[in-house]
Amino acid sequence: MSYLPKSPWLVHYDASSCNGCDIEVLACLTPLYDVERFGVLNIGNPKHADIFVVTGSVNEQNKSVIQNIYNQMAEPKVVVAIGACATSGGIFRECYNVQGGVDKVIPVDVYVPGCAARPEAIIDGVVQALGVLEEKYKKMGKVAK
Amino acid sequence: MSGMNSWIAVVLYIVLAPIIGGLIAGVDRKISARMQGRFGPPLLQPFYDVFKLMSKENIVVNKHQKFYVLCFLIFVIITGCIFFSGGDLLLAIFALTLGSVFLIIAAYSTYSPYAYIGAEREMLQMMAYEPMVILTIVGMYMVTKSFNVVDIFTYNQPLIYTLPGIFLGFLFILTIKFRKSPFDISMSHHAHQEIVRGVITEFSGKELAYVEIAHWYENVFLLGMVFLFFATNWAIGAAFAVVTYLLEIFIDNNNSRLKWQFALGSAWIVALILGVGNIAVLALK
Ligand code: SF4
Repeated sequence: MSYLPKSPWLVHYDASSCNGCDIEVLACLTPLYDVERFGVLNIGNPKHADIFVVTGSVNEQNKSVIQNIYNQMAEPKVVVAIGACATSGGIFRECYNVQGGVDKVIPVDVYVPGCAARPEAIIDGVVQALGVLEEKYKKMGKVAK
Repeated sequence: MSGMNSWIAVVLYIVLAPIIGGLIAGVDRKISARMQGRFGPPLLQPFYDVFKLMSKENIVVNKHQKFYVLCFLIFVIITGCIFFSGGDLLLAIFALTLGSVFLIIAAYSTYSPYAYIGAEREMLQMMAYEPMVILTIVGMYMVTKSFNVVDIFTYNQPLIYTLPGIFLGFLFILTIKFRKSPFDISMSHHAHQEIVRGVITEFSGKELAYVEIAHWYENVFLLGMVFLFFATNWAIGAAFAVVTYLLEIFIDNNNSRLKWQFALGSAWIVALILGVGNIAVLALK
């Protein structure tokens, strides 16, 4: 067992969202939900983070940014797409500049539905991501350790 | 201290300091959370964080960076070893300064804009606290007539009686050394980003863990310095070290970060008034 599930650090990126989901992500850090109870930190630096939390849909402008953040993260890493926009494009789906959900540009591990996704759902998504993180760590161990 | 005892002290420091330092960090996070109306992470969270960082993939910008970070850790450990084995206080402080210089070089070696700004701000911090650190040692020497920690430790009267100004000045720069608000301008220990954590922007995995462990070692050494002011009585010394740290947590949670100009200016003014003032009084006596 590793210590990854006990200390998940997030990097949160707001793609082209309406900011509704972002506020809900930040609500998780407030005294009411206090995700630091589980060792979760909103670390804001891809090189330090384990979990990439994306809200909002992907468009031509933020495509490279999302890929860039993802590539800078150290293995093992997981991606959590939060909200209808990040999972599928949501209400922006038909827009001429929107490509769709985050999985169009990087592999997504956990999808959290909702518009906006509730803090409880977000925390649940992150907890599920921890399982994936641990699995990835085990696989990583086989290749190089 | 005799040869054998000082070796025991060195071994004890190397083994116990990270445990104590990590626990202090855990208590710090817990109390900070409670002050903010949150429940806070488990007490052992800092250890979980470091163990996790150890199991992450190691990304380095260039290979020198690893060497510099390791040197930072080693020299911080050497500082504590010199101090707790009763060696030369001046040497201990120089080793600590050398360690900090290695951290700055490590940040510079990554060629990243944030690391650059962080390194520059780290240097400003060093400029801010170094005068007061030197004055502290000078004051201790003027009272005890020795640079050796053993002699200062066994001096027949608590140093706080003769060095009250220097003690307060030292408390002031401790806020900078512990990397607490309002002076955490280069490497905040909270989950901030960009400039406020500039120095460690480019470190990940093991290196970040080394920086964290070095910080624990350093904190134990600094609390040892606080203890030295009350060295005739273990209980009072330890109590003051605890109170000092609680005070720092309180200050940290009640202040917003200030500009570097204020950090530098205020630290020098404090050094001048409290440090030099105290030494002038000693010299005139
Ligand atoms: S899912 Fe809804 S609340 Fe969330 S970013 Fe999209 S439109 Fe806004």
